[in-house]
Amino acid sequence: MEKIHLPQSKIKELQAVCKEHDNDSGELINILHAAQEIFGYLPREVQEIVASELHIPVSRVYGVVTFYSFFTMTPKGKYPISVCLGTACYVRGAEKVLDEFQRQLEIKVGETTLDGLFSLDCLRCVGACGLAPVVTIGGKVYGRITPEKVRDILSEYYIREE
Amino acid sequence: MAQYSNYILVCGGTGCRASQSELILQNLKEAVRQNGLQESVQVIRTGCFGFCEKGPVVKLIPDNTFYVQVTPEDADDIVNEHLIKGRKVERLLYVNPETNELILDSKHINFYKKQLRIALRNCGFINPENIDEYIARDGYIALGKALTEMTPEEVIKEIMDSGLRGRGGGGFPTGLKWQITRKVQAPQKYVVCNADEGDPGAFMDRSILEGDPHSIVEAMAINGYCTGASKGLVYIRAEYPLAVERLKIAIDQAKDYGFLGDNIFGTDFSFDIQIRYGAGAFVCGEETALIHSMEGLRGEATVKPPFPSESGYKGCPTNVNNVETYANIPVILLKGAKWFSSIGTEKSKGTKVFALAGKVNNVGLIEVPMGTTLREVIFGIGGGIKDGKKFKAVQTGGPSGGCLTEKHLDLPIDYDNLIAAGSMMGSGGMIVMDEDDCMVAMAKFYLDFTVEESCGKCAPCRIGNKRLHEMLQKITSGRGNIEDLDKLRNLAMVIKDTALCGLGQTSPNPVLSTMDNFYDEYLAHVDEQRCPSHQCRELTQYFINPEKCKGCTMCARICPVHAITGSRKVPHTIDSEICIRCGSCIEKCKFDAIYVH
Repeated sequence: MEKIHLPQSKIKELQAVCKEHDNDSGELINILHAAQEIFGYLPREVQEIVASELHIPVSRVYGVVTFYSFFTMTPKGKYPISVCLGTACYVRGAEKVLDEFQRQLEIKVGETTLDGLFSLDCLRCVGACGLAPVVTIGGKVYGRITPEKVRDILSEYYIREE
Repeated sequence: MAQYSNYILVCGGTGCRASQSELILQNLKEAVRQNGLQESVQVIRTGCFGFCEKGPVVKLIPDNTFYVQVTPEDADDIVNEHLIKGRKVERLLYVNPETNELILDSKHINFYKKQLRIALRNCGFINPENIDEYIARDGYIALGKALTEMTPEEVIKEIMDSGLRGRGGGGFPTGLKWQITRKVQAPQKYVVCNADEGDPGAFMDRSILEGDPHSIVEAMAINGYCTGASKGLVYIRAEYPLAVERLKIAIDQAKDYGFLGDNIFGTDFSFDIQIRYGAGAFVCGEETALIHSMEGLRGEATVKPPFPSESGYKGCPTNVNNVETYANIPVILLKGAKWFSSIGTEKSKGTKVFALAGKVNNVGLIEVPMGTTLREVIFGIGGGIKDGKKFKAVQTGGPSGGCLTEKHLDLPIDYDNLIAAGSMMGSGGMIVMDEDDCMVAMAKFYLDFTVEESCGKCAPCRIGNKRLHEMLQKITSGRGNIEDLDKLRNLAMVIKDTALCGLGQTSPNPVLSTMDNFYDEYLAHVDEQRCPSHQCRELTQYFINPEKCKGCTMCARICPVHAITGSRKVPHTIDSEICIRCGSCIEKCKFDAIYVH
């Protein structure tokens, strides 16, 4: 696999975060949260830096990254789409909404579109069950979504890009 | 604090914020300022009101006017009409769906009338980012009382006598847990607040942290005093940014006021709270997994004993309680064990918060005394089933619980009754399902979740649930046979008996309870390759009735995959090969011409 080149300034930032946490391996999850903030995702190269800073094997970092669904090893799209598949959204038709996003974007869950604009994920309950089914794009929450509304929502972003 | 004659409370919970409640707040503040009312009217962002279905919600004090589904443009009218001219803005009032009557104040809304709010006592009443408002509602008095007037043993006795049981799902007596941790001798102990609310469709912990974070800070300090711990940790989902932010503010304010830190209330008790973030793993709601996660490890469960109260975080005695459990503590100390134990049933005291969601009219957060019937909750408070459909089942306890049906509607809800009925209390998620929901697909949905969330440590959960899911997949696609149903039940029983932790032991519950209550649906899937609720896609087909179809072309235009063809004013047809069974056409057709078979 081709190595990803990480900018030196961001590496320094990450090392500073590790130091703030006393390079304590018990703080691994908090550090990974910060690392994902900095890089947007956690590729192997980032995990290697964290491992060496905390003096633990890369396998342990990898084990933690892959265990928790919040951490991702693939870069997200510019507009990350998350369809809530919590039970409340599910019984109000979230699955059909998810299908429609997959169809329109021609990607599967966990993938990013070729132009890097959108990535698609599901999540488990944002706690806005009154608005079910719920979709979040970036920080914005869309409530009471139906498959017919998917096209309109996406075009909102396509227009913004033009 | 300044004396205001009117207060405008704007819900700042996640649901209402998603519907622009922040902008409503800004506009209201602006309107108040423009009219020069800032001396007498205060606009406050509160925590969740609970009535999420009708959000965004705005409430006026002192007359308790309750405005629902408010938009940012309504701010001017609320200030000009209501506050200045004294006329209620009728179009924003809640309408009683049964009588079509306008409800003038929140006390007369059925949704609230039948509730008893103890854990949620401050949610929607105070500004959660202002410690003074919490103090004004008797905040931190319980902590002062415990530290200066009571010994730790006396506090523990009070909690034991109250009959409070863990609200996270297990139902273990809280006082007893505290006592066990207290008795272990160790130089360092920890108290932990479990705020890793992972049950999809449950949001009570989030709402308490967003709406009343100080009650958790206060209760954790009391817990520290009782168990002999000087450090508290809150393990919270990173997916709850607003709750995290408000908790941080609360901790900082408590430090400033001396309710956290060294020598609290001039005693020799010192206590501090730190926040640890979860990263999205349902299993971390289990105590041992949660502790491993806080230590920076994979959140895998380990065998108990040793219990965390003996050896927990970093090997130290650790007392873990859930958010809602903590929220009850200060009230119990102020009003007494006797008062608390007078509410509820024989073995389940106090109240329980439920997140009512799914196909029910009033989605929201509710709190009722233990022993309230499901009927009262779903039809009384919840306002019945959406779109006049028929009630089918309600799932309690999330993916670990089971479904309850018509025959359970008059069952008083408490820990023991729910277990006897094949479900469980869990953290309080309550998902209502109607006649359109296929129970086999529902069981599969929960298994989807468990398969995804299994930590992988023990074989019954890692492999067993996967096999269960495959069998359900087979059945819902019409390839199952009657033997599969026996295999399904057998495997489910084996997983229940042999899995390592609570997640695995309870994961087959949705399968077992739907098999117990809706066996005929399973049979229809395997014997007739038919889904009675028309939900399982591989088993349904859409048709257009040529006698009813007017050829209006509406369905053809709405169809996302262009499966419908036909000329104007000529009956249309659906190509089953292309159709994705999304149901859009049925919703749009004005002539009831499209049907599912």
